[in-house]
Amino acid sequence: MSNTHAVRNFTPRRVVLLLGLLLTALTFSTLGAGAAHADEINTDQYDYVLSGNVQFDGEPIEDVLISVEGSGYEAEVVTDADGKWRIGVPEKETYSVALDEDTLPKGVVVAKGGAEIDAEFGLTKVKSVNFFLGEGERSTVSFFDQFVNRFVNGLNFGLLLALAAIGMSLIFGTTGLSNFAHAEMITFGALATLTLSVTMGLPIWVAIIIAILLSGVFGFGLDAAVWKPLRKKGVGLIPLMIVSIGLSLALRYVFQLFYGGGTSQLPGSGMADLKFGPIALSPIDMWSMGISVLVLLAVAFFLLRTRIGKATRAVSDNPSLASASGIDVDGVIRIVWIVGGALAGLSGILWAYFRPGVSWDMGFQILLLVFAATTLGGLGTAFGALVGSIIVGLFVELSTLWLPSDLKYVGALVVLILVLLLRPQGILGRKERIG
Amino acid sequence: MSNNIVPTAKPVKTVDMHIGEAVPGCKKKDPILVVDGVSRTFGGLKAVDVEHLEIPRGAITALIGPNGAGKTTLFNLLTGFDKPDTGSWTFEGTSIGGMAAFKVARMGQVRTFQLTKALGLLTVMDNMLLGAKAQVGENLFRAVLPFLWRQQEADNRVKALDLLARFKLDTKKDDYAASLSGGQRKLLEMARALMSDPTLVMLDEPMAGVNPALTQSLLDHILNLKAEGMSVLFVEHDMHMVRHIADWVIVMAEGKVVAEGDPHEVMRNQAVIDAYLGQHHDEDLGEDPDAEKEHVGAIKELLDDEL
Amino acid sequence: MIDWGAIFSNAAVELISPTTAAYALAALGLAVHFGYTGLLNFGQAGFMALGAYGYAISTLTFGFPVWASVLVGIGASVVFALILGIPTLRLRADYLAIVTIAAAEIVRLLFTTNTFQPVTGSANGLSGYKGGFADLNPIPPGTYGFGPFEYNAYDWWLRIVAWTVVILACLFTWQIMRSPWGRVIKGIREDEDAVRALGKNVYAYKMQSLILGGVFGTIAGMIFVLPRAVVPSNYQTSLTFFVYAILLLGGAATILGPVIGSMIFWVLLSFFSGFIARAVEAGWLPFMTSIQAGQLRFILVGVAIMLIVIYRPQGIFGNKKELAFVK
Repeated sequence: MSNTHAVRNFTPRRVVLLLGLLLTALTFSTLGAGAAHADEINTDQYDYVLSGNVQFDGEPIEDVLISVEGSGYEAEVVTDADGKWRIGVPEKETYSVALDEDTLPKGVVVAKGGAEIDAEFGLTKVKSVNFFLGEGERSTVSFFDQFVNRFVNGLNFGLLLALAAIGMSLIFGTTGLSNFAHAEMITFGALATLTLSVTMGLPIWVAIIIAILLSGVFGFGLDAAVWKPLRKKGVGLIPLMIVSIGLSLALRYVFQLFYGGGTSQLPGSGMADLKFGPIALSPIDMWSMGISVLVLLAVAFFLLRTRIGKATRAVSDNPSLASASGIDVDGVIRIVWIVGGALAGLSGILWAYFRPGVSWDMGFQILLLVFAATTLGGLGTAFGALVGSIIVGLFVELSTLWLPSDLKYVGALVVLILVLLLRPQGILGRKERIG
Repeated sequence: MSNNIVPTAKPVKTVDMHIGEAVPGCKKKDPILVVDGVSRTFGGLKAVDVEHLEIPRGAITALIGPNGAGKTTLFNLLTGFDKPDTGSWTFEGTSIGGMAAFKVARMGQVRTFQLTKALGLLTVMDNMLLGAKAQVGENLFRAVLPFLWRQQEADNRVKALDLLARFKLDTKKDDYAASLSGGQRKLLEMARALMSDPTLVMLDEPMAGVNPALTQSLLDHILNLKAEGMSVLFVEHDMHMVRHIADWVIVMAEGKVVAEGDPHEVMRNQAVIDAYLGQHHDEDLGEDPDAEKEHVGAIKELLDDEL
Repeated sequence: MIDWGAIFSNAAVELISPTTAAYALAALGLAVHFGYTGLLNFGQAGFMALGAYGYAISTLTFGFPVWASVLVGIGASVVFALILGIPTLRLRADYLAIVTIAAAEIVRLLFTTNTFQPVTGSANGLSGYKGGFADLNPIPPGTYGFGPFEYNAYDWWLRIVAWTVVILACLFTWQIMRSPWGRVIKGIREDEDAVRALGKNVYAYKMQSLILGGVFGTIAGMIFVLPRAVVPSNYQTSLTFFVYAILLLGGAATILGPVIGSMIFWVLLSFFSGFIARAVEAGWLPFMTSIQAGQLRFILVGVAIMLIVIYRPQGIFGNKKELAFVK
């Protein structure tokens, strides 16, 4: 039994420029140009066209109902024998495109990204919209099955959050910095993988490994170019945090400058789910969880058993005491940034497969959740970050059983606030004067 | 630490404040602060465990003890900056156990801090004005209408100038407090505390970090407090200072009160010697007989009356 | 050739634009929070959203007159400040930052969700609430002004109201910061314990400051939406960051700073994007497209925030000796 994945393509609306300009976006068209013979409506009336290609397993699907709504305009059309559809729209606005799942053949459902997608135009007058189809039944699923499914999804999400959260927690512990730019370190990994695999054509595994290494270098570079000089200068913690906010803003738009405002897919995303009893997982999900667990175990081993790892925990716990004991604090901080960067990059890659999609602000979307996870678990403790991340991941996914899915982040944020009320030092944090 | 300071005037000691024998927790004839059954544990370590303690009114009481004895923790508990696990205490007869720090301050029990908290980003005069009590202008709605608080502000200003003159800081009234020396900041903190006309002044290591030239001045100011009818409780490590100005001494060790009494007698108390010698006191240092003599010698020196 | 005239006049009009006023007021609110009290409120966007939605929903769904809608918005703001403040004002500064961001995001998500779509318009937002405000306009219809500053009666009315509110808020803030209340606030900013030891109820002062700055933000939100529509995506965290950029530019603990900072910010931003856009059109920058020109603005703001905080944290009008957050 499977059901539509709980993950909605959470694409936030772009900020309407305050001077009244629309922020238009470049899109990468992942499908080829539309063929001449699609089932279409209003394309001769209007200049702008939304189009798409409905396929399952490489086979086009006919007679699927696609509807478009937005800016006071509504239209619908069915796909033709090639699975193609085109709808003309009057304005260059954002429209909501929906696929009516009841018109899909039996056994096929919209697998990832949801049956409703927000489509925004790029430079051109044609915007393509694609739905991910997978095998599945649309029959009603028992609550228990849903619960188990979302629980597993929540674990998956929590594990990838943990990768980012541990880095952030260690950075906070060793340098005191609340690093808002961690979002961009996450995005960097996904963007690097995208360039390496799609643009440069490297095999995906090679691309991933190189991307992780590059992320580590990126982390190191940020520390060397920005954070270390500021630490030496003696800049206070609050100004440092504000610097990280400015850096995050600048980097995010640099990413948008080079990669555009749209969403692209990494190779291999959108694989169909395999079923294990009530649980539906795609091979990607399984790989993601497996890799997360392995890497987390490696990090745990590093922190608990190796000398450098123990030094890291010491510095994270009490930098001045560690320094007085002869530990090379600068060296430890360097390592924390490299490892934190690499972990964030890996987290970004897994997040790209989970969403699914790579975009310029994908890291920023989960930044708050990562903050929530590290604060929940106890700022400065790596294991706290892991615990907090799992809790946040589970909350986000399980809350969709009761809350509408576009409110699912609210659950995690409320938990954050509640935990801070009752136990400000977090679950594993040490109790010090917090106020 | 200054070892050879001599105050300008030989202080007049207040005596005969206790009832019965001078033992830990003994009653006082006129206590201003009465503490009962206060305890505070930090992660398994009992930092403070005081059964009964009374602080006499109108006298200068010293709270001494080795490091880690719990003096500052007790201070924090009594002034509301920390919450005890158990216990209650009364100030001027009113129970204030568990009361918030700012309310305790309003009742007339003010404190200073080991690491001076002179507000460096405000001017000296602003620091002083902050210390004044019951200011109408501190209410958000009344603040918008200056005519409501202008007169009170002017009065406070006069009082502040008067105090600053006494502490020889009046020329600095418009300077930022950050530009004062460490010792001057201590004086400012003390002067500021006096703006609210307190009844009990609690000083946490007033001599810490102050250069010897200024300790004279500080001692005189503390004696002045008593002259003006206030009670003083201070924490200190400097034994000579304690001996010179304290009327009563309370000794803490490992969270408990181990001795109370007149400064001279307390120093000779076996329990006090034990506290300062610490664990090694019971061990056989027989391997090096000279070592033992050295330790005891040092304490004897400490106890000697040099005057 | 580049139309310098258009670039300059487009930039100049930003000086009195109601958006500039709205940002100035929001920044003034943050000046009260962060500049004067040391509260790291990163949820100012949430306060602004409450003002915008409070006003719009009261007008559209309940049909309230202007003054009632304004009061509803302010009421919502006070409640939000209380909800925010009660748990967090006892926590350390960076905890407050994270909680306020989270709370503002929750507010935005609640306004965006389809669940409340009939009232909030979800992702599409709300419009059509300007009528009541327009009806109060005493200026007869027509076009007034000169050069680039030519507007119709509604636009002038809006500008007059907006900037009057800003000036009143400035005067109010200036007065209370010179008073004993302001002195306590500045003390709290530097060292809470010291102020507590002097008998002041620190918690109450912080709460008052939070409410006051929040109300400023809420009114700013109302001014913000009067020339445009209420769209939830406007109230993301980046809005708060922009307001902080303005605040830091002008001077975090000053009254003039937020106002002049907002003016300079918008004039410069308009000038810069106007220039880059036309330069791209004129072919001066062949490697860039005009969309990328738009993105450059944000990169500029980000870098500007970093540079200001590192090299001139007191901003234009601030006093370095009084800076509390640089430690």
